Amino acid sequence: MNAAQIVMPALGPALPELILSVGVLVLILYGAFKGERSTEAVSVGALILLILALFAVVSQPFGSKVTTFNGSFIVDGFARIMKALTLIGSAAAILLAKEHFERERIARFEYPILIVLSTIGMMIMASANDLIALYMGLELQSLAAYVIASFHRDDVRSTEAGLKYFVLGALSSGMLLYGASLVYGFTGTVSFPHIVTALREGSGIGVVLGVVFVAAGVSFKLAAVPFHMWTPDVYEGAPTPVTAFFASAPKMAAMAMAVRVFVGAFPVITPEWQQIIVFVSIASMALGSFAAIGQRSLKRLMAYSSIANVGYALIGLAAGTQEGVRGVVIYMAIYLAMTLGAFAVILSLRRGRQMYETIDDLSGLSRTHPWVAFLLAMMMFSLAGIPPLAGFFAKFYVFAAAIKANLVTLAVIGVVTSVVGAYYYLRLVKVMYFDEPAEAYEPMGPGLRIVLGLSSVVVLLFWLAPAPLVGLAGTAAKSLF
Amino acid sequence: MIGLSHYLTVAAILFTLGVLGIFINRKNIIVILMSVELILLAVNINLVAFSTHLGDIVGQVFALFVLTVAAAEAAIGLAILVVFFRNRGSIAVEDVNMMKG
Repeated sequence: MNAAQIVMPALGPALPELILSVGVLVLILYGAFKGERSTEAVSVGALILLILALFAVVSQPFGSKVTTFNGSFIVDGFARIMKALTLIGSAAAILLAKEHFERERIARFEYPILIVLSTIGMMIMASANDLIALYMGLELQSLAAYVIASFHRDDVRSTEAGLKYFVLGALSSGMLLYGASLVYGFTGTVSFPHIVTALREGSGIGVVLGVVFVAAGVSFKLAAVPFHMWTPDVYEGAPTPVTAFFASAPKMAAMAMAVRVFVGAFPVITPEWQQIIVFVSIASMALGSFAAIGQRSLKRLMAYSSIANVGYALIGLAAGTQEGVRGVVIYMAIYLAMTLGAFAVILSLRRGRQMYETIDDLSGLSRTHPWVAFLLAMMMFSLAGIPPLAGFFAKFYVFAAAIKANLVTLAVIGVVTSVVGAYYYLRLVKVMYFDEPAEAYEPMGPGLRIVLGLSSVVVLLFWLAPAPLVGLAGTAAKSLF
Repeated sequence: MIGLSHYLTVAAILFTLGVLGIFINRKNIIVILMSVELILLAVNINLVAFSTHLGDIVGQVFALFVLTVAAAEAAIGLAILVVFFRNRGSIAVEDVNMMKG
């Protein structure tokens, strides 16, 4: 190939990523020149960038499917909706962090910048159409996330969380990469569409081994059992707004990556990976539900809750059908609203510089803060899957897809574990409404109010108009098949 | 004659050593960082061996990307380790225990 043949790739499809990449470089320079005084401006700038990127994602024509950069970057309905969810999660993470970091005196301009860098990685993960792009997106997301986890750098728990996240994350990237190298070697290509064609001509044990390693790496990033051990520690140690971030945006991207890899690249060997996903899903739901029962820390509780929720979403992926993927998209969208709402309430439990993070600190919240208690109760009812709240519909769509794909056992186990999970969600409601009230907490700041308000609207009123989200998710799922 | 399978065997052994180094190492976090590098280098041997075997350049390009990312990863890992050492005064694996998990 001579140099004259190399043409500039079309940049239009990657416009949201380009907006973020260029914008974040400007923000780094601004922050570096202005120093610590620039924190406020950089946060606002990062929020504006995320919103601009969201507009760019939304304004791309929905039904079409475009590839660029020699086919390694794809923009289709699925990529767009997952990117939109990721951007919303990241913007919420910046909104939630402001007051908390100012009180803790760790408000630095690097936080919004790292969030945006991580978001670029996540968007590339959702759009990756070959193994190299997938790996680069994953690493950009993870490397920024390791630093964000240890953001409170004078706090031994936060740095320990960062260290644990780094070691286990690096191990998982290594596993994913080893799997990717095997897939490349035994199919002769890294591009997902070409992998599909190569597998149609026959697949050997080498590819299956590669898929197993890739599945291990993906489960690590999703925090699915048996690769979940980092989750409770990292969630507990990291500053709470960072925990809220880890529980929201990166989950969207990791789930997008899982669907991209398994449905996009390996649809030919579905029975092989289906067994793995079914096992991971059952193990996550069971462990997430049972291990959460004994927890006293709200952050650890949310960690186990997120493990269980990933298990439910994986039911949809295990089905491997168009309806299953639709269920995954709906589940992740509603999970995003529920988890952000819950974290907004957890972040509001403070008096002065003291944060309160255990379940007992919620006691009697209904009498001191009736509205906050009511909304948290609604989040908990929704996480437990009680109709007519949004969480019920999320579970309904994945269970329905599993039953249609003849995975009845999986759906039944899902229902049983969600009953177990209801115990600890409802325990929070009991503590808030029937225990003796403690001293009142400080009123919520504007950032928390916005996030809690928006997520409550989604959770409480989803049943009135489910059609837009279900329709979008349906189009997204269709673009993969 | 040294063929593809020899390279794959070496890479598999290195990969296993790397994973074992992370899990059964009880002393020092620096050793864990070295094990992570070992894993990534095992992957690179795999990629280059496959690339030569298939006569396809993409594997070598992938290996270059992996090298670059490995450097960034090591830099961030060491930075977090330094911050942790300042707070805890130790980099022994058994001292990474503030939270039970």
